[in-house]
Amino acid sequence: MRLELVKRKERSKTMALLSPVIAIGLTALAAAIIFAVSGHNPLVGLYKFFVEPLTQQWSLQATIAKATPLVLIGCGLAVCYLSNNWNIGAEGQFVVGALFGSALPVLFPEFESGATLPLMLIFGAVGGALWALIPAVLKNWFNTNEILTSLMLVYVASLILDYLVRGPWRDPDGYNFPESRLFSDAAIVPNVFGGTMSLSTPITIVIALILAVVLAKTLKGFEIRVMGESPRAGSFAGFSAKRLTLFAFALAGGLAGLAGTMEVSGGLNQLLPTISPGYGFTAIIVAFLGRLNPIGIIIAGFVLALSYIGGEAVQSAMGVSNKIASVIQGLLLFFVLACDTLILYRIRFVSHHAPAGEASHV
Amino acid sequence: MFEAVLLTVITAATPLLIAAVGELVVERSGVLNLGVEGMMIMGAVVGFAVANQTGSGTLGVVAAVAAGMAMSALFGFLVLFLVANQVATGLALTILGIGFSGLIGEAFIGVPGLRIPSLYIPGLSDIPFIGPVFFQQDAIVYLGFALVAAVAYTLFRTRLGLVLRAVGDNHTSAHALGYSVLKVRFLAVLFGGACAGLAGAYMSLAYTPQWVENMTAGRGWIALALVVFSSWLPLRVVAGAYLFGAVSVLNLHAQAHEMVNIPSQLLSSLPYLATILVLVLISANRRLTLVNTPACLGKPFVPDR
Repeated sequence: MRLELVKRKERSKTMALLSPVIAIGLTALAAAIIFAVSGHNPLVGLYKFFVEPLTQQWSLQATIAKATPLVLIGCGLAVCYLSNNWNIGAEGQFVVGALFGSALPVLFPEFESGATLPLMLIFGAVGGALWALIPAVLKNWFNTNEILTSLMLVYVASLILDYLVRGPWRDPDGYNFPESRLFSDAAIVPNVFGGTMSLSTPITIVIALILAVVLAKTLKGFEIRVMGESPRAGSFAGFSAKRLTLFAFALAGGLAGLAGTMEVSGGLNQLLPTISPGYGFTAIIVAFLGRLNPIGIIIAGFVLALSYIGGEAVQSAMGVSNKIASVIQGLLLFFVLACDTLILYRIRFVSHHAPAGEASHV
Repeated sequence: MFEAVLLTVITAATPLLIAAVGELVVERSGVLNLGVEGMMIMGAVVGFAVANQTGSGTLGVVAAVAAGMAMSALFGFLVLFLVANQVATGLALTILGIGFSGLIGEAFIGVPGLRIPSLYIPGLSDIPFIGPVFFQQDAIVYLGFALVAAVAYTLFRTRLGLVLRAVGDNHTSAHALGYSVLKVRFLAVLFGGACAGLAGAYMSLAYTPQWVENMTAGRGWIALALVVFSSWLPLRVVAGAYLFGAVSVLNLHAQAHEMVNIPSQLLSSLPYLATILVLVLISANRRLTLVNTPACLGKPFVPDR
């Protein structure tokens, strides 16, 4: 007996919705096995990891705070992936965005006005977009593989950050610690809803909703999807692949840069040698788990954020390393991709004795 | 001085060389495995862990190769039998590898490592300059060169190589001729995994004999770029690997000689910037890339039955 894939006549809508759910189920199963192998009660582990963070207000708030950059970056990446632009350098765009956004409060700390924060957010988005345009321009002009260039720029971006916080941008009163000066109050993203949530979160949700409408209802959304699925058909419709590449990269970079600025000016309030626990890479998982759909990405961002908080929870409660979070994130992406096969294919069991193959040729 | 520089270039180039030649075989079969970094880091951590526990460098290397193959088997199953997107699955492999290696390696942070011994060839190793550079390396350095030679020979001088290239250039025809496209590709993917695992073992058992999280630092990605650089020709991988090896050790030697005017971060970013530059130069030349690029690279194949 063996398995065989049979192509469906059309995409299965049910499976498109079910596949992430199945994937999460399989990931939980795999996580249980890892807990058991490392000598812990798998049920307690699963509860601490996936459920308990949702039952307490502080951990719920922390989860939402972590989900915010993931959703924002994931939305931009979705536009890239839908249009067949493989931007995997969001981590670098996040960092460069944070640098551009921080330039104002670090270099001009006395500039405190109502315009400070809006300017920072704009700078951040512009910085991220410019960084993302490098691989896009190289792809358009020189036919260079954007996967490799966007990824290489991640390393370059982190080194620039490292250089700045240890060199020219180091806090003059900071006893030589590798960190920038603290941001002034005018440069900090305020909290809303009685201080329970950063303003970044509603901004992110609004952007995701706008993007959902753009993708589903507008010509631009149609262009993005057509150029991803059939660039030839798209070119007959008059869409330019090169312009779209610039658009997708600039949008993804801009959102990642905005996320970077909101992260440093909302959470950290200064620049440090490391400002991201891998948001840019985790957001790739978020984009796929969310079906490259902004609404799905909001949910997926929350799920992935939970894995960060859950990782901390099992570490403090059970002594399991919080590294388990990134293992679970990686497994989740694997399972999503595996389950996505079910959208286009049915799985059929074929026994070796019955010549089932012949029937299909008739 | 020159001898010392050359020695470090060889050690820096070897992991790139091995990982790239493995990926070259994978891509020649028509599969793009972007998970080299993930397989490599798993090789590094498993190699270190096994060598540390058993005291045997050889066992460590064997385990690293097995770990790389296991990771690649996972990738192969997804992209070949479940027809999953190759780019996304490769990324997943890298993310998973980095995560898993961090988890496994946590117990080994700061643990003194074990260096696989250099070979000593009586007579040859004693020749001044030539001896230390060419005849006092460890076995993996020689294995790397042997791999390149074997791959070059197999690809272009044997029937197996012809089948592999046929599968990568036109899977429909290869299938019609009766070759099992998926089987050939799966074996190629396993070979790539084994090479990446070996390259990882070299990192943690020879290059810097210790475990540091994320110690491959993008070398898997640079290996992928090297395959493009080589325009899918094995011998050119050697040139590319040594070029990049030289760029990456520039950092160490510049710091050792107190060229303080240049920030160390700029020197550290040179391998990545060089990768981008080289990719641009190579890919701008369309004729060069199109001649050797496997025509079915990255395209899924579902056998019709």
